[in-house]
Amino acid sequence: METTMRQTWAFLFRGYHLTRRYIGWVIVFNFYALVTSATVALIGVAAGDYQLTLTLVVGALLWNYLSWLYNEIAMSIAYERWEGTLEYTFMAPVSRLVHLLGVSLYSLLNSIVTSLIVLAGLVLFTNLNLRGANLFGVLIVLAVSTLAFVGLGLIAAVFPVMSAERGAEATHIFQGSLLLVSGVYYPVEVLPKWMQPLSAVSPATYTLSACRKLFGVGMSGSTPEHLAGAPLSAVLPELLILALMGALLLPLGLWTFVRVEAWAKRAGKLKRTG
Amino acid sequence: MEQPAIQVRNLRKCFRKRTGFRKTSELWAIDDVSFSVAEGETYGLLGPNGSGKSSLIRVLSTLLIADSGQVRMRGYSLPEEQEQVRRIIGRVSVDAAFYKKLSARENLLYTALLYGQKARDAERRAMNILEQLGMENSKFSTPLEEMSRGMQQKISIARALVLNPPLLLLDEPTTGLDPKSRRDVQSFLEDLRRREGTTILLTTHDMAEAQRLCARIGFLAKGKLVAEGTAAALIRRAGAETLDDAFIALTGEELIDEELIAVED
Repeated sequence: METTMRQTWAFLFRGYHLTRRYIGWVIVFNFYALVTSATVALIGVAAGDYQLTLTLVVGALLWNYLSWLYNEIAMSIAYERWEGTLEYTFMAPVSRLVHLLGVSLYSLLNSIVTSLIVLAGLVLFTNLNLRGANLFGVLIVLAVSTLAFVGLGLIAAVFPVMSAERGAEATHIFQGSLLLVSGVYYPVEVLPKWMQPLSAVSPATYTLSACRKLFGVGMSGSTPEHLAGAPLSAVLPELLILALMGALLLPLGLWTFVRVEAWAKRAGKLKRTG
Repeated sequence: MEQPAIQVRNLRKCFRKRTGFRKTSELWAIDDVSFSVAEGETYGLLGPNGSGKSSLIRVLSTLLIADSGQVRMRGYSLPEEQEQVRRIIGRVSVDAAFYKKLSARENLLYTALLYGQKARDAERRAMNILEQLGMENSKFSTPLEEMSRGMQQKISIARALVLNPPLLLLDEPTTGLDPKSRRDVQSFLEDLRRREGTTILLTTHDMAEAQRLCARIGFLAKGKLVAEGTAAALIRRAGAETLDDAFIALTGEELIDEELIAVED
């Protein structure tokens, strides 16, 4: 147990020191995340429609959190390839479960910090009043959807294991597809008919739908001064689907990763690149 | 009879590459290689680039799965018992693979934690090793990207040794080092084997290094182990005067010292 704790701590230790050493880039990425989100949210302000503003704010904020989480996990292998340390991580006597848990834990902390920065910025830019929103319910939904997104991140992390050159590109294509089909800034009904079924398999669709209800988007009692956030019971169907997706995607992600690692060792794909 | 620290039997590894529609080319990186290394012995694998040295080290490091053959490391079989093998090996590769932005201290502590060791004990041991390798303590907090290749390679050796492994796999550990650093590393390895009884498998281009450090040497060419024995026995068998000449005579290939070429350029 003590060994497992130290091994998990190793990934937090590494993440913390890398963040410290790359602090310039960390600030740039956070600044960019904030500006992109504010730019989208200000479309609602310009339209003078607080419901639209709220829809966009919730979309920008949640997408920031989920995409950052997904991206950090999915790209963790690509980063190791670029640094040249992947072989050393893979030959350490650390189980893949502990390895990926450690990576996911640091990514989660990182995503929370970034999301808080973006939230503070959005409130400042849009002057949005969040009184009446069910923020506790939002946290519950985010906690449950985190499991599904960690699972997706683990599945996407196998791409850089499979191909040093194409892997990182594939994780971004996957991420972009999630953004497109999940109704981040618009209802999924506006998507072409043939694309709409894809939104049903994205966990982000349910996270956004549940959080918008909890913030009071589209609720008859919501006013710019006081939002009518739905109770947690109103989003139980979404919560159930997200929990099921998490229960499926997490073990699937781990299983896929272990399988692909074994394949990479047979094919000789772990060699340093970059 | 005591079991060998490393035992490799009829090992084969082929890399297949797609060259066109329904066409693949095959490259036998390791072709029916067998050898064993006794506990506490330093065994050298000599061969030019592409001879299969690094592939062999990767198989023993659990990073590559062979197509056929047997590998036993202190009795543990690969790839079945890779978790146990990972606990008893340390590896130094030709490229010092680190987080370059992190300091030596941070890199070494990360490795120690990853192996489940106590950070404080590991730090003390790493400092001791770096001192023996002729490195100043003040450099411990410098980011690796600001260090010379020689210093990085010494830290790479410290990383492998901080884990105190009984088996050390060294893949061209002195390539690219200046003569002083090379001598420091070689003296340290000699001392380590004498003091701790560490078993060392060393791949190198450098004949003098192989002769100085290795009790026995294997000549590797095009994935095949063409000859093995003590340096003196190999020279005698080839009817040559030097190990260099023996290598050419027995393998039909020439070892090219890339660094020498770089200097001459």
